[in-house]
Amino acid sequence: MLRWVLAYADDALILGHRLSEWCSRAPSMEEDMALANLGLDLLGQARFLYSHAATLENAAQPERQRTEDDYAYRRDAPQFRNALLVEQPNGDFAVTMVRHLLYASFADLYWRASVTVNDPAIAAFAARSEKETAYHVRHATDWVIRLGDGTDESHRRAQEALEMLLPFADELFESAPDQAPLIAADAVVDPAGLRETYRRRIEQVCAQATLRLTWPSWHQTGGRHGRHGEHLGHLLAELQFLPRAYPGASW
Amino acid sequence: MADATQADPLWEVFLRSRNGLAHKHAGSLHAPDATMALAAARDLFTRRGEAISIWIVPSRAIIASDPDDQAMLFEPAESKIYRHPSFYSVPDDVGHM
Repeated sequence: MLRWVLAYADDALILGHRLSEWCSRAPSMEEDMALANLGLDLLGQARFLYSHAATLENAAQPERQRTEDDYAYRRDAPQFRNALLVEQPNGDFAVTMVRHLLYASFADLYWRASVTVNDPAIAAFAARSEKETAYHVRHATDWVIRLGDGTDESHRRAQEALEMLLPFADELFESAPDQAPLIAADAVVDPAGLRETYRRRIEQVCAQATLRLTWPSWHQTGGRHGRHGEHLGHLLAELQFLPRAYPGASW
Repeated sequence: MADATQADPLWEVFLRSRNGLAHKHAGSLHAPDATMALAAARDLFTRRGEAISIWIVPSRAIIASDPDDQAMLFEPAESKIYRHPSFYSVPDDVGHM
């Protein structure tokens, strides 16, 4: 269960950090706030899941006294279990929006399906998060349609972003072998069952956005097992700098 | 991208608060179209639970009085205190009105 919680917590933390990198650099002031809001939603989700992870781990090993900060600030890249999609650099605005569409469309389906799981903490978390991710999907969809069906340049950039990021989508539907008993017990949802619905949704958005969509026959994988690209280390260096340089700092 | 923002039309945002009866003007923003204006209004003006309903109006649809007409339009009313309903005695039986 701990591995499951950390995988989805890491998705939210890493993507939330990526969105925070846009702060003061977005195309407009309105979008600057919008991206910060999306990032803060994800940070809130990460905090809940890390706290839950700490509760689980401390119950098993009371001497550890883990806190949410231990997971966010005191693990190195190979210990992170986020999907590779969310650590991809922001690129231009089209890359950020296509990446967000690909992530949020998954997260929205996943948390909506998780509202009825047996684990009351996860079910409550899912009910809260689903409302947030529903808006994330709406925002990313609105932008991808406008970029794709916009000017020649915005279309070209959105198309390039889509082709670059599509190979990362399928990893979101992986689950670790040790999660099979949890899935069987209805404690968590098997993401694999949502893949077809997800694909239909992405196809609909791309059709509206006049973007060409071909699902790749292969996909990037490794993030859920701690095998990451070079970008995650750089991201963590910035994310973790303060608590690493000044352990125990508070304000 | 600054140019794109310049080209985006201006929208006025009206919010109805949880216990408010009428939508009240909250501010304005730039957005390419009505849908995006509504989304931006949500992101800019309702982050702290300020609203349960949003209205968006294109700023160019607002017909405003001319500041130069202020004297003509509004000053005459200032000397007509008898228009305030404060010169009538209310019978005790009526109680609070």
